[in-house]
Amino acid sequence: MSTPQDINVRQRPAVAATGGSTDTILSTARLTKNFGGLTAVDGVEFSVSEGELRCLIGPNGAGKSTLLELITGQLAPSEGDIYFDGTDLTDLDPHERIDTGISVKFQSPHVYEDLTVEQNLQVPLQRTDRDIESVLSTTLEQISLVEQADRRAGDLSHGQQQRLEIGMAITLDPKLMLLDEPVAGMSVEETGEIAALIRSLHDEGMAFVVVEHDMEFVREISEQVTVLNQGEIFRQGPIEEIEADEAVRRIYLGENA
Amino acid sequence: MSWRVDAEASMVDRLRGRLEGPNTYGNSRLFWAGFAIVVAAFAAYPQLVGVYTVIQTSRYFALAFLALSLSFIWGYAGVLSFGQVAFFGVAAYTFGIIGLNFGSATGIMAALVGAILVGTAVAALVGYFMFYGGVRDTYVTIMTLVIALVLNTFMAQTAGSEWAIGAAQLGGFNGMDIPSLTLGIGQSGLVLERVAFYYALLGALVVAYLGLRALVNSSFGMTMVAVREDEARTATFGYNVPFIKLVVFTIGGALAAVGGVFYGSWGNYIDPTVFGIAFAALPVVWVSVGGRESLLGAMGATILIERMRTELSSGIGPIGSEWALVIVGGLLLGVILFMPAGVVPTVADRIDRLRSRRADNARSTTPTEEAVE
Repeated sequence: MSTPQDINVRQRPAVAATGGSTDTILSTARLTKNFGGLTAVDGVEFSVSEGELRCLIGPNGAGKSTLLELITGQLAPSEGDIYFDGTDLTDLDPHERIDTGISVKFQSPHVYEDLTVEQNLQVPLQRTDRDIESVLSTTLEQISLVEQADRRAGDLSHGQQQRLEIGMAITLDPKLMLLDEPVAGMSVEETGEIAALIRSLHDEGMAFVVVEHDMEFVREISEQVTVLNQGEIFRQGPIEEIEADEAVRRIYLGENA
Repeated sequence: MSWRVDAEASMVDRLRGRLEGPNTYGNSRLFWAGFAIVVAAFAAYPQLVGVYTVIQTSRYFALAFLALSLSFIWGYAGVLSFGQVAFFGVAAYTFGIIGLNFGSATGIMAALVGAILVGTAVAALVGYFMFYGGVRDTYVTIMTLVIALVLNTFMAQTAGSEWAIGAAQLGGFNGMDIPSLTLGIGQSGLVLERVAFYYALLGALVVAYLGLRALVNSSFGMTMVAVREDEARTATFGYNVPFIKLVVFTIGGALAAVGGVFYGSWGNYIDPTVFGIAFAALPVVWVSVGGRESLLGAMGATILIERMRTELSSGIGPIGSEWALVIVGGLLLGVILFMPAGVVPTVADRIDRLRSRRADNARSTTPTEEAVE
């Protein structure tokens, strides 16, 4: 655990609200995934603290999405373990992992196209013991889809579908939210809205791991950044440090083999 | 006085609340009025037509259970089974085997329960191996058809006298006798035949239909639809998708089994053609034509298509009976080409669109008047 306390001090006041806690909620131990001869994730020791907002960046093929899929159980690891909130997830089915308090939004939007926006939110929500009516209306407001509540989800724009996806994931009220490229293909305005939404949920204590390419967006939301390269953790630290790092710039520009 | 009316109204509202929702067509007072009229008409039917027609109609009702079962699993959970007849036939055979061995009213009641249990258990077993074994989509269709065909082949070779379970001779292609459905305890009871059988079936069908409506409009129904739309996404919300499909498939098997008991005791006879490919294809035809996402459409199409097949089987003028299946096939092709969702969903959508257009027109005229002012 090398998350220095002094970094949190210069963060937004919101972090103070979560106590600046460094209790680890998610950690992986020697996590490895081989696809035939290719090692997509190589002995990764990745950890996230309670209420933390961590961005995961790295060039294409660095293993970011694979890491997320290992955590959610879409993929089985070749080696290593995953711990979340005191539970060993490694042998749990994907649906059992969700019940430990993880929620996920994958890269491409997968809304239920033939259902209405409200019904889309209802599907995850009805599994929880939260009050459906009140959570529905707050979530619709959070993702700015109040007007579209009765629209068919397949008729929404790409950006609206992305927001709906995030909305579906947050109705589960997870302790940790995994977002894979939440603002891909969104306008500047929409990106700003998503950043605000993520920040406000973070202020309420939700931990995030966000895979993102858009450095502008990363700068806007994140405190801590992990850089993956060739399946390994390349650098970890506050955004300013990472952005100033010559080696990180080099791998992004493809100069480093 | 008025509080009683209020209480009644709120009870009706609560009942409608359970039976109505986005997952069924027909969520209006008008629909329920129409439904009541149709049920009343079916109830009056035996007074208006001869016993022969009543008996024929009972057969369509028994088959409608098969249609309900397929509409439920295919239309709502996306599991296309080509072998619902397997659970239907297994239940019919089981009913016969137990009924022939214990001929008393109690024995036949036990046969009724046993047959439904066995049919349901077979569906649960098949479902368990398929869904937990990762069998999906088209492979489910193929596998269920194969199960029916294997049963067809197996039962076909049971003509020898060694193929007997107690007093019940399985009989191969000669078929097996099946006792009439009897209600009661002890030696004798109320034997359900002809008109009584018709009413028992009509009642059972209405109960099954309303029960399924309540189920598909419940939160479980929403989950089924989510599984149909996107299995992988539904799993990421923590749903145990194989288990949900197993539950749906088992309920579907139970419905088919109920139909099978009625069907067997309707003709007092069952033979291996119940597992054959021609019979296995019929539920898919009924449900496709009526609309797989409409329970009522599936039932209605069953009754109408089977009625048509009965009429055609005696031949119409120069057209011989052998044309019946060709005409049914043509009907299926026509519906798939012009109304891929089936008749009821297509018609319901058109009515909806017409209504919303009318509403839009009404709305768009209002501001114009304001503008004039």
